[in-house]
Amino acid sequence: MDRELILDVRGVAYRYRGTAHDALAGVSLAARAGDFLAVIGPNGSGKTTLVRVALGLVAPHAGTAQVLGRPPAAWSRRALARVAGVVPQREDNLFPQRVRDTVMLGRYPHLSLWGAERAEDRAAVERALERCDALRLADRWLWTLSAGEYQRVRVARALAQEPRLLVLDEPTAGLDLRHEMDLFELARGLADGRGLAVIMITHHVNLAARFADRVLLLADGRPVADGPPGDVLTRETVERVFAWPVAIEAFDGRPQMIPLRKGREP
Amino acid sequence: MTRWLGLGLAVALAFALAVLLGPAHIPLAQLASSDIVRSLRLPRAVLALLVGGALGLAGASLQALVRNPLADPFLLGLSGGASLGAVLAIALHVTGPWALPLAAFVGALAAMALVYRLGLVGGAELDPRVLILAGVAVGAFASAVTTAIVSLSEAAQLRNTFLWLWGGLSGASWDTVLVVCVYFPLPVAVLLAAARPLDLLALGEEPARHLGADVEPLRRRVYLAASLLTAAAVAVSGVIGFVGLIVPHAMRLLWGHRHRSLLPASFLAGGALLALADTTARVAVAPRELPVGIVTALVGVPLFAVMLRRWTAS
Repeated sequence: MDRELILDVRGVAYRYRGTAHDALAGVSLAARAGDFLAVIGPNGSGKTTLVRVALGLVAPHAGTAQVLGRPPAAWSRRALARVAGVVPQREDNLFPQRVRDTVMLGRYPHLSLWGAERAEDRAAVERALERCDALRLADRWLWTLSAGEYQRVRVARALAQEPRLLVLDEPTAGLDLRHEMDLFELARGLADGRGLAVIMITHHVNLAARFADRVLLLADGRPVADGPPGDVLTRETVERVFAWPVAIEAFDGRPQMIPLRKGREP
Repeated sequence: MTRWLGLGLAVALAFALAVLLGPAHIPLAQLASSDIVRSLRLPRAVLALLVGGALGLAGASLQALVRNPLADPFLLGLSGGASLGAVLAIALHVTGPWALPLAAFVGALAAMALVYRLGLVGGAELDPRVLILAGVAVGAFASAVTTAIVSLSEAAQLRNTFLWLWGGLSGASWDTVLVVCVYFPLPVAVLLAAARPLDLLALGEEPARHLGADVEPLRRRVYLAASLLTAAAVAVSGVIGFVGLIVPHAMRLLWGHRHRSLLPASFLAGGALLALADTTARVAVAPRELPVGIVTALVGVPLFAVMLRRWTAS
């Protein structure tokens, strides 16, 4: 049962320069190989900041973060990128690019400074595309992809890094049902089949509850609840954090949230 | 492969034309023994290739650094600083073969240092947006001072200054070529080595860092190397516009955006373009000479308009 501890964040706090209160305070998160964790919470609750602190883009003001037992600052960015792959919420391509080339960017941490791409890099790109069911998109230009295809390509780029930890920051925003489900199934499959630790930041409370092993619920940068979906997603907690009346029903052994109409509670 | 061959041929052709053509007619048979060729045209052709290459390379790198396809080597205030230095030297009657280049170089370095300092947000991080604003502001201030000095100077000086501002390679000698050959390799190597991480930077800062790029050191290295290259180019040849803007875009159309091929291609094509432009500047109104910056602008602007149309159409 003791799968390898890949990410260990303990009691971190962080405050952005020029702001009056903490974006994060006292947040902990531990991810082992094969875990699928969901981080949920209202807008501005510190979900993305948690990723920044966990992977060393910013240094915590309190608490510690460790990747494979070492703080991110002790890793070079290249070495860290071989362990942790991230699909950031936002990015924009300055120049037009084809799918295969953008996935090849994921090989950067494996390439030497001057060296050309090797056969193993090209193989890793094909594997990553295949795993994301994006092989047939390989020769397309990025700007011709639909939103759902584009997200799968970005996941493929993170997989091309051959990481142990995969972080997905709201990958399903703006996607339709099928593409949403596709992404969650893909992430779950990577955790189960390849032993990746997967952390998904999402606004889909119900999908998080259906797919994740554990859910971390944040509000105003503070942890409200952390544990199996059934423990975290109680009516009282969800109503308080999201400031809306809800009902919680069980489906397939997992809690599912149903938002209520105002003034028409059953 | 054929593209590289074509580019190599273009460079060779530009070089050959620069050596063959000129206001003085020199028969082919006497080419090797001619003093004009050996001590004027040859060093000038070599210098044009090197300076044009530096501008192309610096332009391509800076466009990726500030994430703005309209960036060119002079966007960041260097031309303003160099002009101010040169004009000061002319106004103060500083003489000697190296007075003007040195003054321009010092001016460009001063502008670079000032822009760099202003671009450091909170004294730590180099923010490309702030960098552009700082560059424009420093450039505007320097050109205001330059104009003030020019408006107070005598007519003969005015003409010299004005010609210098539009660039020219007439000062080329083997000494200049030697200095450039000693100076260029380091910044050129730094920029070429930044090719892969520059690919990542095109995605934005945060995605680039997650993919393994050390964004902060990368930005400093690229900014300093590109600026040092541009400062040297402007010192030996004045302000030559459009090479650093047009060439990288044309190369992107041919080679795609990947900097591992884009950067060397921009160097070669920049050199070829400037050599051709300089030959044109020498022979178009012979025996007089046009500032080469005027030729690159006259050729570059229509070319740029065509490229913009193609770009916005697709």
